[in-house]
Amino acid sequence: MLRAAYKTGLVIFPAFDWAISPTHPEREERLLYTQDQIFEEGLLDIQGILEFKPDLATIEDVQRVHFCAPDERSVLTESHLISAGGAMTIAKALMAHKIDRGFALVRPPGHHAMRVVHGARGFCNINIEAIMIEYLRDVYGVDRIAIVDTDCHHGDGTQDIYWHDPDTLFISIHQDGRTLYPGSGFHHELGGPTAMGATINIPLPPKTSEEGFLRAMEKIVLPIVQEFQPELIINSAGQDNHYTDPITNMNFSAQGYATLTSMLQPHIAVLEGGYSIEGALPYVNVGIILALAGLDYSKVKEPDYDPKRIRQPEETNAYIDRLAEEILGYWRRCPEFIAKNRATKEFAQRERTIYYDTDNILENQKERLRVCPVCSGVLSIDSLTDRGYHIFAIHIPRKACPECVALGYEWFDAVHGRSYDRVFLQDRTTNRYLVRKA
Amino acid sequence: MIIGLDVGGTHTDVVLLGEQGIECQAKVPTTHDDLLACVWKGLEAVTLGVAPHEVERLVLSTTLTTNAIAEAKLPPVGMIVAAGPGLDPEAFRTSEHYYSVSGSIDHRGREIQPIEPVEIEAIASKLRKEGVRHVGVVGKFSVRNPKHETQIQQILGDHFDYVVLGHRLSGHLNFPRRIATAYLNAAVYSIHKKFFDAVRRSLKRNGLAIPIHILKADGGTMSFDASLDLPGQTILSGPAASVMGSLPYATENLDTLVLDIGGTTTDMAILVGTVPLLAAQGAEVGQFRTLIRALRSHSLALGGDTAVRVKDGRLQLGPDREGPAMAFGGPTPTPTDAIIVLGEDLKGNRAASERGMAQVAQALGLPLREAAQWVFDEACRGILRAAEDMVQAINAKPVYTVRQLLEGYQVQPKEILVLGGPAPYFAKRMQEISPYSVRVVPSWDVANAVGAALARTTCELTLFVDTERGIATAPEEAFHQPVKRDFTMEKAVSLALELLTEKAVREGASRDDLETEVLEKLQFNMVRGFYTTGKYYRVRVQVKPGLISHYQSVVQKMQITYASAPCGSARSS
Repeated sequence: MLRAAYKTGLVIFPAFDWAISPTHPEREERLLYTQDQIFEEGLLDIQGILEFKPDLATIEDVQRVHFCAPDERSVLTESHLISAGGAMTIAKALMAHKIDRGFALVRPPGHHAMRVVHGARGFCNINIEAIMIEYLRDVYGVDRIAIVDTDCHHGDGTQDIYWHDPDTLFISIHQDGRTLYPGSGFHHELGGPTAMGATINIPLPPKTSEEGFLRAMEKIVLPIVQEFQPELIINSAGQDNHYTDPITNMNFSAQGYATLTSMLQPHIAVLEGGYSIEGALPYVNVGIILALAGLDYSKVKEPDYDPKRIRQPEETNAYIDRLAEEILGYWRRCPEFIAKNRATKEFAQRERTIYYDTDNILENQKERLRVCPVCSGVLSIDSLTDRGYHIFAIHIPRKACPECVALGYEWFDAVHGRSYDRVFLQDRTTNRYLVRKA
Repeated sequence: MIIGLDVGGTHTDVVLLGEQGIECQAKVPTTHDDLLACVWKGLEAVTLGVAPHEVERLVLSTTLTTNAIAEAKLPPVGMIVAAGPGLDPEAFRTSEHYYSVSGSIDHRGREIQPIEPVEIEAIASKLRKEGVRHVGVVGKFSVRNPKHETQIQQILGDHFDYVVLGHRLSGHLNFPRRIATAYLNAAVYSIHKKFFDAVRRSLKRNGLAIPIHILKADGGTMSFDASLDLPGQTILSGPAASVMGSLPYATENLDTLVLDIGGTTTDMAILVGTVPLLAAQGAEVGQFRTLIRALRSHSLALGGDTAVRVKDGRLQLGPDREGPAMAFGGPTPTPTDAIIVLGEDLKGNRAASERGMAQVAQALGLPLREAAQWVFDEACRGILRAAEDMVQAINAKPVYTVRQLLEGYQVQPKEILVLGGPAPYFAKRMQEISPYSVRVVPSWDVANAVGAALARTTCELTLFVDTERGIATAPEEAFHQPVKRDFTMEKAVSLALELLTEKAVREGASRDDLETEVLEKLQFNMVRGFYTTGKYYRVRVQVKPGLISHYQSVVQKMQITYASAPCGSARSS
């Protein structure tokens, strides 16, 4: 009988009764063939592969991460809570030492959901990885965590949530933002003033095949993860880099995904995107599960797999080498940049426009961070949508110094309530979540 | 009248059921080296003076095939396996005559790679040369398209005694289990056929030409003729008999835990109302995980004859059995000895039991009675703990839709029904120390034979409809029909139920006694490039395991007679 080298937990939640709309890529059928393949291969009968029933995330779990406007129930459904809950189930099993590794095969996905949520972006409403991670920190005291996002789209939501957090290394490897939604994730995006270097972006040119992906893993991802010394490695396992994916332009394969997984050795993989529901997902997911479990995946291949046909352009490797040099160069200097920021700035501000493509909302954000000399700094966000909804949100980070905590509450008390529909305060030092309505 | 006969590990139990309930019952020792002898002896005991035409049928439950597997007394089986991409099929090798061949079908049932006839011909001639008479043919995703399995069968021709095709075994997806199930079916075929042929001949010879039905692992029955196609379905019917025997006494709208406490093991199962829970995928038979439809049961290595020891001042029960209780000549003290010491009215050598318990008492530093009470309570608690674990495992079962998760039914047994040798004693104590209401199944000593007698013919069927490919398939039935684009879920359900009825009748059910139900009903839009290209329907239907309706009145009578009986006052035979 087959026995997994690493005890591997699975949550399979295909949400057969939930869809964005009947013909949307994110619909009932999406994980059907994956589930078929997993069942038919008999993966759940392998000794050391355990299937768990997903828990439901609670509103409190969401409030550790997001500011939902006007409130949580308005922007999410039960499916979202089950999806986040499924990721949390894996995390709990890992913490209880029931498993060595785990994979949450859940939908809907979450990595485009930012800290402020007015609706759905890129099929995502709430960030299921972030909800899982903040739960782990709150309940189990886990501190340093690395997230490697291998979805073909830039994980801009996760990046936004951890932009100012020096204890969360976020690495996104994706198709170049000049050629794909959401159009961000360039290699100079390295994190906020007090957390530079904890965000790493690796934009790859269209048509990159497994050769290029694995090269980027080896030259950029693995050295940085290794130096960061995380307690846990999380993989946002989007599968839309596949050569058959209908909404992207990459040339990755099931073998490639499996090899990447065995290189990265994540503790937890969480399914993100991937819309080639027949040609890719069944094979990629089986490959990832086998790789996590330490089983032989050499015979997992798509029916039409032909490495010659999907070979990447000549110049891609050279491009990746150049990118590696630049990224590592910047990244090494990040401690120096942080020190300089702390010495020269009291506050840092940025303004941006965020488009919710799924729900067609345009949001304008003004973000203000105290560039604290001690901690990562208290943060405020003034957010106004084109529908006229206006909120003010204050985030006091997990390890905020007393001064930043005090300043956060000061801001909350001082803000003119009548100018905003809602004012929020998220105090992660005590897990208080306050809301004031106009 | 119906005869129920259950060949158990120690005893063969037989009942003759008539309109008044149990007309006659008998218990004869099981003769393992000649099962026909004890079957016949049991039959003789209950049919004495009964006119043959009064007996409608004989339902037989036996551990014959289960034991053959456990003892690895199986003839060689050739396995031909077409895996395609995925896990290495070598991991599922069943024996030396195992061949992995070309050919691949995908999850929708599309052919990816054809089979190589030359390859199969070579294997066939090799198998024949080696004297292999039984063959299993299994393809990955063959339930979505059995083309390769059928092609291989054609090439094998009629050179073999029995060829089983994977897609006929179950509509469930699970390639490794399909391999194991095909293997077991092929392996037990001759043992099964030989034994039941002998029973049939011997009935005929003695003027009892009555139809033989066989109890299956799912608690249903099938005719002997139907069982020849898939003899593997009779594997593990032992626990099914006792569950079916307890069914008449279950309370509607309540979950019940059934405990069959034997000498070596305690078998446990769950009834939701009056319907037994089935294993999600199929039975586990020794090292084999199969697709054999079976009741969800758990076997705990703890029974009346479990060895009791004290190690480092701690009481240990089993998990082994060294023989019967000391009261019956065994070498080691057992829970049964504890029961005897506690003064329960059990036959046997009381002095021997006391001698055994005295050793335990001394090692524990307790007076004799207290030690005996401790041993007995530990046995009761051990069984209750295992039962609770099983309930927890059932409730932790994954679900795959939002609705299932939010409305997920949680099994919560409030009642326990106990049967088996020491049932009355265990029931009495469990009632005292647990929150459950505990009852002894009337006729607890032959309830399993009653269960076999009254079980209804059951079967299951899965229908897949893929309007993009334009095909409806029920793999277990070798049913394939073209469908049009406008096919609906209603049509799918009625087609599935229609096929199910035909199947049940063919396997021995009567047309007016079929309680069918839809187990699973899924429908998907297939969208390619943002356009709906077809619909995918999956319907799974079954004839519910249960008791034959003709005997409903008999069952009711039995219920009135026994339901009010106080705990522990079981009727003696």
